[in-house]
Amino acid sequence: MEPVLKARNLVKRYGRVTAIDNCDFDLYPGEILAVIGDNGAGKSSLIRAISGATIPDAGEVWLEGQKVAFHSPNAARSAGVETVYQQLAMSPALSITDNMFMGREIRRPGILGKWFRMLDRPAMQKFAREKLSELGLMTIQNINQAVETLSGGQRQGVAVARAAAFGSKVIILDEPTAALGVKESRKVLELILDVKSRGIPIILISHNMPHVFELADRIHIHRLGKRICVVDPSQISMSDAVALMTGAMKPDDIPA
Amino acid sequence: MSDSYESAANSNETVASFGQPRSFAHKVQHALHVTPSLVPLMVLMAAILGFAIVLGDKFLSPFAMTLILQQVQIVGIVALAQSLVILTAGIDLSVGAVMVLSSVVMGQFTFRYGLPPEVAIICGLICGALCGLISGVLVAIIKLPPFIVTLGMWQVVLATNFLYSKNETIRSQDIEANAAILQFFGSRIEIGGAIFTYGVIFMILLAFLLAYALRYTAWGRHVYAVGDDPEAAELSGVNVRRTLISVYVLSGLICAFAGWTLIGRIGSVSPTSGQLSNIESITAVVIGGISLFGGRGSILGTLFGALIVGVFTLGLRLAGADPQWTNLLIGMLIIAAVAVDQWIRKVSA
Repeated sequence: MEPVLKARNLVKRYGRVTAIDNCDFDLYPGEILAVIGDNGAGKSSLIRAISGATIPDAGEVWLEGQKVAFHSPNAARSAGVETVYQQLAMSPALSITDNMFMGREIRRPGILGKWFRMLDRPAMQKFAREKLSELGLMTIQNINQAVETLSGGQRQGVAVARAAAFGSKVIILDEPTAALGVKESRKVLELILDVKSRGIPIILISHNMPHVFELADRIHIHRLGKRICVVDPSQISMSDAVALMTGAMKPDDIPA
Repeated sequence: MSDSYESAANSNETVASFGQPRSFAHKVQHALHVTPSLVPLMVLMAAILGFAIVLGDKFLSPFAMTLILQQVQIVGIVALAQSLVILTAGIDLSVGAVMVLSSVVMGQFTFRYGLPPEVAIICGLICGALCGLISGVLVAIIKLPPFIVTLGMWQVVLATNFLYSKNETIRSQDIEANAAILQFFGSRIEIGGAIFTYGVIFMILLAFLLAYALRYTAWGRHVYAVGDDPEAAELSGVNVRRTLISVYVLSGLICAFAGWTLIGRIGSVSPTSGQLSNIESITAVVIGGISLFGGRGSILGTLFGALIVGVFTLGLRLAGADPQWTNLLIGMLIIAAVAVDQWIRKVSA
């Protein structure tokens, strides 16, 4: 099977630090691929390189077999790769609708849109409301409330909904449950499974092993800037996975 | 925990219901959060009412009311430019200098080089936009702090102004005889005792135009997003550089229009006028409720802020008070406005 997203020999250096060291990466259709690794292993750098937030110094990326080189988050986005960053990338003072459409606003048809560049608020609000209710986020009742009035889980929900609404090929989630309580994490996990059931492959970066083992179809273990192995969560124990990512165990030692 | 999240999420819905006891302060905070120009509007109304009670018809006449508008028109227009920059979490200390240099360019191009005044005006407007472009590039691409960039630009532009103009004033009579269009914004319409100069009308139209652009266009939303959190804006797909540069260029252009209005207001082209415009414009913006930390506030608030200063200035003068009382009161208003801004932020966070 051809990977949806494939990267080979990615390199990114910051001064004398090599954040990504000849890293390979594969994401297959319809799967949730978890990326785990110790702090500073370069998970976020890898994700930023794939999503266009940073430009790798070397290496190649293919999306659905086509070679791509994203020079900005917008380029990746318009190719159908949506990312939910750990810091969520939302403007707290603006409304849910404004945030969902940030950078890809819809303008009114006709003269109002063309000459006065007027936004089509009703259409944007309708779309945002639909997307939120599709994902069961209707505890948010007012689509025009400022994002800063939402709880952490609701913000995450809006960010995931934004990604799901526009991400046609790949969705990348960076630590989606890191800042959340147990109950809210549960909701976000359900949300992720819901998005997966639509057939969109998901890259999940997380520190939370129970969450990773619950959701992931495959686990990409990242260490010292590269992929050391990919494991099947049903074939490996959590402690072995942690041992691999901390270097206490070598990939060759995995009990067959 | 989750209960309080829910109630926070539903806060908009429950404003009209009586079931849930919600503190008065919370409701006020919410209203201010949604409509940040309410505070300056209320202060403005209260100030007009107060002076009307004390001074009576002397203050409440159409003549006095429109005189306030005329007195604030220059600072008002400059403050609109300042608002745009402050909304992006920047500050523009060079606004006054850009305004004066633009007016000098308009005057000198007409009288020194004999260009048609219309062409000279266009050159002046381009000059303003160019000054904005320089600041914008330094802030957005070289990533220098806006305070430092515009502190430098203020000195550079002001010095250019004095060097280029050789400190000469172009007399009002000469302009009137040879290039009346330079005084265009000084033309007036009289309705009853009320006098509206074109400059005043321009200021009000510009305020509404910018309010529209900020609220109903993608560009306006991007300006707020950049001021709120530039990193988040970049990641969600806003071209932060282009937005910032567009804001500084537009700010410079508006300052050039203020320079043209300045000629209409004082009649002559004087390189020494408008020295305090930068501070006065920041004052109007802050009293108008726009946060100096960016991303919050409304541009109509700035208009109200400028009018509040105008009302106090004229009101106290008519009451025969020492002008220092005006400064004292304005100073207190600035501090109060920032305190209110902090309060709104604290409750909303």
